Amino acid sequence: MSTSSVEEFVVVAEKATWTGKIREKAVTEFPPDRLLPDRQPAYVASWAYVFGALSIGAFIVVMLSGAVLAVEGPAWWHKSNVGLFVNSLHLWSTELFFMFMVVHLWIKFFMAAWRGRRKATWITGVIAFAVSIGAAFTGYLSQQNFDSEWIGTQAKDGINATGAGAFWNVLNFGQMLMWHIVLLPLLVAIVIGIHVLLVRRRGVVPPFAPTEAQLAKAGLTLTTTITAAASPPLLQELAEPLPTGQPAPAEPATTPTQEPTAQAPTLREPPPGLSREPLWKSPEDKS
Amino acid sequence: MSTVIASDNPPAGKARRFRPDRDVVEWQGAYRRYDLAKEVFVSFLVVLVLVVVCAIVFSSPDERPVTVRSWSNAAPVDFAQTAMTELDGTSGVATYGPPYTNTAGAGQVLGPISIERAVGVRIPINTAQDFVLRPLATLPDRPALDAALGEYQGASPAQRASWDAAYEKVVAGATFSNGQLVVKNGPYGPVGVLISNLESMARSGALDGALLASPQLYATNYTNPLLFIADGTYLADQAGLRHLQGDQWGMMNETGNFPGQAWLWLYTLWYQIPPMNTSSNGDVEVWAIMMVLTLLLALLPFIPGLRSIPRWLGVYRLIWRYHYRSLSPDILSQMPPGPQSHRR
Repeated sequence: MSTSSVEEFVVVAEKATWTGKIREKAVTEFPPDRLLPDRQPAYVASWAYVFGALSIGAFIVVMLSGAVLAVEGPAWWHKSNVGLFVNSLHLWSTELFFMFMVVHLWIKFFMAAWRGRRKATWITGVIAFAVSIGAAFTGYLSQQNFDSEWIGTQAKDGINATGAGAFWNVLNFGQMLMWHIVLLPLLVAIVIGIHVLLVRRRGVVPPFAPTEAQLAKAGLTLTTTITAAASPPLLQELAEPLPTGQPAPAEPATTPTQEPTAQAPTLREPPPGLSREPLWKSPEDKS
Repeated sequence: MSTVIASDNPPAGKARRFRPDRDVVEWQGAYRRYDLAKEVFVSFLVVLVLVVVCAIVFSSPDERPVTVRSWSNAAPVDFAQTAMTELDGTSGVATYGPPYTNTAGAGQVLGPISIERAVGVRIPINTAQDFVLRPLATLPDRPALDAALGEYQGASPAQRASWDAAYEKVVAGATFSNGQLVVKNGPYGPVGVLISNLESMARSGALDGALLASPQLYATNYTNPLLFIADGTYLADQAGLRHLQGDQWGMMNETGNFPGQAWLWLYTLWYQIPPMNTSSNGDVEVWAIMMVLTLLLALLPFIPGLRSIPRWLGVYRLIWRYHYRSLSPDILSQMPPGPQSHRR
């Protein structure tokens, strides 16, 4: 078989098989440097950004401590000091998980992080938070102590009032334990996974830009051409990375008072579908 | 310099107004070095250290649960009074409605809707049979009890109701001494024998196992004993001593000085304020509010006005302060209000 025949076969196989299509889609949407980035836009320079990673770090500790508890079974920690310590790890990692997640949620709200086709990222984040509440709640119900007894007998009224109590019985220890150690952790992990993939796909939301009216007051206009190929990760590939971790001294794209040609960074040629117009134009800028 | 505005469903090549709460000007500026794997690993280590310190210093709560045995030994009269309400069908569980019992008019409603009633009884409980008569029938070698059980179960409903009503009156003034429940005499037929035997069965611990719904040796469903215990006042009193009652923000607290489920603060808040704190439909009302609020939070990006709040608040200027410091003063002077200290 000649080289061209082999290439043709590969191309046909990619388009004809499910595996090929999935691989092609995955590589297109998540190229390695987007999936595991080693650079970020210069504006990603704040402690506010660490709470997402801290939430994931806490989630890992929750899962690991829960796995150790699962090894010995649900009654172990009531009669063993080591078990009590592991249960304490599980409790405090859960508390930190929620604390970091709530701070992360608030910060993303203050950033309006849903902007620029990032709505799904926001929604999956809210879903992750809601499902985590369910996971933690079933954990409290599975403790086999006074807390689980009181919480269960009180919470049943709320759950029953929604009609869900007929199927999801908070007083059924076996059912709650299985939800706590199998179904809900799996769901939380899946939702967090989708959330992280969406963050990687869309990138970190850029800062608020001045509005047209605000620019007009400054004697500038905003180019409003919407481009179909406006994919943030694609744009990341257009820009050359800084050689060091220093913040950008001045971002050409957000400095409207300077001439575009003078500010042009070392950009590669844009792919088809992407315009190459100045971001902000002053009235005298006709280029 | 490229101009790219990321938008939802962008019409290719079509110009339209820039929407600051939905669109972004995608970044084409400089990049800084970043290490995702290192960030996650360091975060994991930081959390691990914090968790280990908290576990060593604070440990975790583990108070023993109230059992039927501990309840009937600590509060034998409360147990007997509760058992009697289970037998005559006037207890909280016996009159609960769906999903436990078919009780006319029971079940919370939200306006004209009652999902509870629509779903129906899926965990059927007959408190007289499941909590009293069937467990008593498991006790061996008690001829007097067997005779009382036979007499009670063989009697007409009207006769049973008469005995139940008579015993309800005397058990209200019952005392407990020398390991025996002491009640006045009355026309309550075999009911006195039933309740006193159930009391001794409970105090021995035998009732805890007999209440389990599972006919198998391995049991994981504690619905019956928990409902029985919750019908008494002892459990609620114990919870009150630990500041866990509903009006003490109980759902989000736990025993001891631990943070509990602090993330349930908003859910618990609604139970503290009118009309939910006194409403007979309070649970479904609180859940409806929380469902709406959760939906609003999830769909925030789609809701005009709400999605503009972050821009109006201006907290973002603090988060991106280094970025804004690099912007032109001409632009900064036209930006939304925010901390002036972050302007160059």
